Amino acid sequence: MKSFDSARREFLHLLGGTAGAAWLTANWPALVSAAEHAHQAAKSEHPALEVFTADQAREVEALAACIIPSGETAGAREAGVVYFIDRALKTFFSEALPVYQNGLEAVQKTTAELFPGVPRFSAATEEQKRKVFSHIVEDSERPESGARRLSPGASPDFFQTLRVHTIFGFLVDPEGGGNRDFVGWKAIGRDPSHGFSAPFGFYDKDYPGWQPVSGETEKK
Amino acid sequence: MSRPMVTYKTSDEVDFVIVGSGAAGGVLAKELSTNGFRVVVLEQGEYLREKDFTHDETKIFVQSLLTNKVNTHPITFRKSPDETARKQQAVLYGSCVGGSSVHFTANFWRFHEIDFKEHSKVGDIPGANFADWPISYADLEPYYTKVEWEVGVSGLAGSSPFDPPRSKPYPMPPLPVKGNGVVFERGCRKLGYHPYPAPMAILSKPRAGRAACMNCGFCLGFGCEVGAKSTSLSSVIPMAEKTGRCEIRPNCYVSRIETDKNGRAIGAVYFDPQRNSQLQKAKAVILAANGAETPRLLLLSASNQFPAGLANSSGYVGRNFMPNSSALAFGVFGEQLNDYKGPAVSRIMHDFYELDPKLGLYGGGGLDARFDFTPISFALNGLPPDTPKWGAGFKQALAHNFTRTMQIFCHGTSLPVESNSFSLDPDVKDAWGLPALRMTFRDHPNDLKMMEWMRARAMEILDAAGAKTKWSFPVQEQQFAVHLLGTCRMGGDSKKSVINSDHRTHDVKNLFLCDGSSLVTSGRGQPTMTIQALAYRAADRITALAKRGEISA
Repeated sequence: MKSFDSARREFLHLLGGTAGAAWLTANWPALVSAAEHAHQAAKSEHPALEVFTADQAREVEALAACIIPSGETAGAREAGVVYFIDRALKTFFSEALPVYQNGLEAVQKTTAELFPGVPRFSAATEEQKRKVFSHIVEDSERPESGARRLSPGASPDFFQTLRVHTIFGFLVDPEGGGNRDFVGWKAIGRDPSHGFSAPFGFYDKDYPGWQPVSGETEKK
Repeated sequence: MSRPMVTYKTSDEVDFVIVGSGAAGGVLAKELSTNGFRVVVLEQGEYLREKDFTHDETKIFVQSLLTNKVNTHPITFRKSPDETARKQQAVLYGSCVGGSSVHFTANFWRFHEIDFKEHSKVGDIPGANFADWPISYADLEPYYTKVEWEVGVSGLAGSSPFDPPRSKPYPMPPLPVKGNGVVFERGCRKLGYHPYPAPMAILSKPRAGRAACMNCGFCLGFGCEVGAKSTSLSSVIPMAEKTGRCEIRPNCYVSRIETDKNGRAIGAVYFDPQRNSQLQKAKAVILAANGAETPRLLLLSASNQFPAGLANSSGYVGRNFMPNSSALAFGVFGEQLNDYKGPAVSRIMHDFYELDPKLGLYGGGGLDARFDFTPISFALNGLPPDTPKWGAGFKQALAHNFTRTMQIFCHGTSLPVESNSFSLDPDVKDAWGLPALRMTFRDHPNDLKMMEWMRARAMEILDAAGAKTKWSFPVQEQQFAVHLLGTCRMGGDSKKSVINSDHRTHDVKNLFLCDGSSLVTSGRGQPTMTIQALAYRAADRITALAKRGEISA
């Protein structure tokens, strides 16, 4: 995969091929500045936490990793999702903070109930984590009326909220503070380059060009 | 980029104050200032430039960088007039200089001849308040051409046997075909249809000092950071400013149109960025605030003289709202399409533009092949319904499908229903203390039935195209709109319309309306091209009236 810098060079090259020099002179510095900013945001591996305590962050990271696990390609952990969520709760997703506070408590209770010897969710084995997480998900999907809550106290929004935030943190443009080093995009096959030229994929590479349907030029 | 910018005092009586700088407002500003008039454009949103645009979805979709903000501008929704409306983001529109043209997908279809005279052809339809336009396609054709050449549209003339007549080819060739376009073309042709290169308001070649598209893939919802998308911001507004007679005044929220004792408009009252109320004086006022905010502003401008709202003697202000109908089908292919690259759409099909009456359906539509997902929106909404929501299965599906998925979007008619409307909410206020926008809407049954028919055709095309997996969802009643059409309709009868064919309100001689609200019918789903053509035509008509001295007192 290409580095961010080489992607940026390609972008510059692409623009150079299509745009006039005057336009580049006028606009390129601003684009470079924006790209540099994104680069800085993406390369800081352990930004300071602003909302979560270190303990909470460890649990949220383990939970996010249940949604997008690590494997042959990077998962939520490598993308720095927990740092994205921390910053989001400080700013544009701040209304979701109580959902996390209640949700983390519920996860701890469920972990203790199902696996009494395990001190916390993040310390559980992968199999144990999946079992606890399944309960959290089932709880989220259960109608509120009359159902026994498997994770007492959990907000029914917790799984949905965590899922949306994890997806954001994994796949957002790094300028948004997640998707560190574009690992999320790489995991889903998205080339992190800033611009592209045709052909784009398998089906258009041998396209012969548009032709009218034979004998149908005057259909109307 | 430095631009000459004239500024006017609020006490200067300029020739025109235009409310809104979007698809229509931008064109009107450019045309009228070029014709020698002094113009102030009041825009509620910020003046963002290409350098401010971003691919960061948190800024675009969470913080509404480019669009209306419901925390300060709440909207309420109800399905019928006997319900109490509840707060809901029912409407999305651009709130920045350039308006909705900044974030749109850039599909730029002309309306066809039938769209202007369909009532005469098919007659009354139960439950619909159906009418012909007072102008024809031929009246608008020169202005469609002007949009294509001045704003910038890429396409291939003569490639659809269903296209209306045109006086000139497109100024630029079509954008590159995408994988979705190739497989769509294959499927359509197997079934005997006529797919063709999509006309798009995106530059395929450098033009007028603007860069060509770099195929970054962030079109729908995003501003174009290289100015290749043909927005008002990138095309006509710089021309307007260059005249030295047009001031674009951002962050100004218009609260009413002021009138004098003779019932003439004297200017626009607005809240400036410090929330102080100001009156910009003008010889004439043009509202181009979109099909929701234009009627709202007329209703907010009620007075003793105009108790039902300004220009509302017909009672038609805000009524007959048409959002266009739609349906969507998804397909996953065996090899990589990589449709995240490039503009969303590269091929469309208009075989269903006028459906056979034997089907028992009114109207018609057009289909496009597209991929308008970002990585995030794909993960949230782009996977087959039975995909795991978390874990290795979820991740595996994302990795496999992101590069192999495409959509067929069916766009179609909305019939005008009189009770479908925008009005003032009696209970909810915005952050300035003004009554909130209230949307009342329920689809005409024909539109739902037609979209179901079209959805079935889209699934057949996916089969014929060779999709390995396909799915779609039953068409449901709409509760969210981006196409805001028909709410101050044009017409010759002042009892059944709000403006005449010059875009002048029937009731106030120096008040003009031009945006989606002017439309009489909804076309087949892509209205911006027609809104801009109307704006070019309106500017000609208004200029002629002004030069004959028929606007000033």
